[in-house]
Amino acid sequence: MTDTLPDTTPPDSVAADRPEDADQWTAKLRHAAVEALPPERLMPDRQPAYVASWIYVFGVLTLAALAVVILTGTVLAIFGPSWWHESSTGLFVNSLHLWSVEVFFFAMVVHLWGKFFMAAWRGRRRATWITGVVAFVISVGAAFTGYLSQQNFDSQWISTQAKDGINATGAGAIFNVTNFGQMLMWHIMLLPLVVVLLVGLHVLLVRRRGVVPPFALSPEPPAGSEPAGPPQATSSQEQS
Amino acid sequence: MQMLGAAVMSLLGSLVDLSGPGRYVHWGFIQISVANLVVIGLMVLVFVAAILIPFRRHRGDDR
Repeated sequence: MTDTLPDTTPPDSVAADRPEDADQWTAKLRHAAVEALPPERLMPDRQPAYVASWIYVFGVLTLAALAVVILTGTVLAIFGPSWWHESSTGLFVNSLHLWSVEVFFFAMVVHLWGKFFMAAWRGRRRATWITGVVAFVISVGAAFTGYLSQQNFDSQWISTQAKDGINATGAGAIFNVTNFGQMLMWHIMLLPLVVVLLVGLHVLLVRRRGVVPPFALSPEPPAGSEPAGPPQATSSQEQS
Repeated sequence: MQMLGAAVMSLLGSLVDLSGPGRYVHWGFIQISVANLVVIGLMVLVFVAAILIPFRRHRGDDR
């Protein structure tokens, strides 16, 4: 015979707020998160009408390319260097990894130009802009360490050309571009982690502040230049 | 199918020789490879096209 404690908690109170729990950090964090990003703003069904332009497509295109980069990089990490150098499937996945990076940067630069000429930091969107810029710079580092991890003459050439520049900054003491193991670890662990976190934060900020509207033709400020509440509108396209 | 692929690769190879040393453009202290210049040109082209080409709208979308 086993004694069991009676479960006095009603099932429907598991997810409910109790007044006595209001000071718990989990409750505070949950409330802050839901207040900042309510579900309908986090995953809206519609976008403002001005988003119906091809220039707004390149943010999502960058995200899609990043997803392929991470996916192919994961497959390469699973099977290892001899696989991606010698088997035809490995060479194919390796090429997919390279070309998805090319698409990633191509789309990101067009996205950057579009947002720059829209002054996308307007309407309390500075943090969105800054996380995008930092993600871009870190992505350059991630790509650079990738080129250093190719294990061919190209990577040798790039590392010996880059070492003088890196050493001139003083960073060479801790960041040795001729150290293959160190560059591979930065490429497959540290930099992708930072890029993914920054891109995630960037997307959440886009959802919080809304997609930046174009400049108004008239002198009056556009209706959507303030931080977006619920989407004003009406295009059902999925863009950012 | 394999012969077709080889033919396409041969055709592309005759247009762009990737086996030789890269070609560079010099302009004062600026030096850039033709390959990078082509990519930058394509990005400018796509950027302009993205602004000018109208986006297809769904019926029922308000303006």
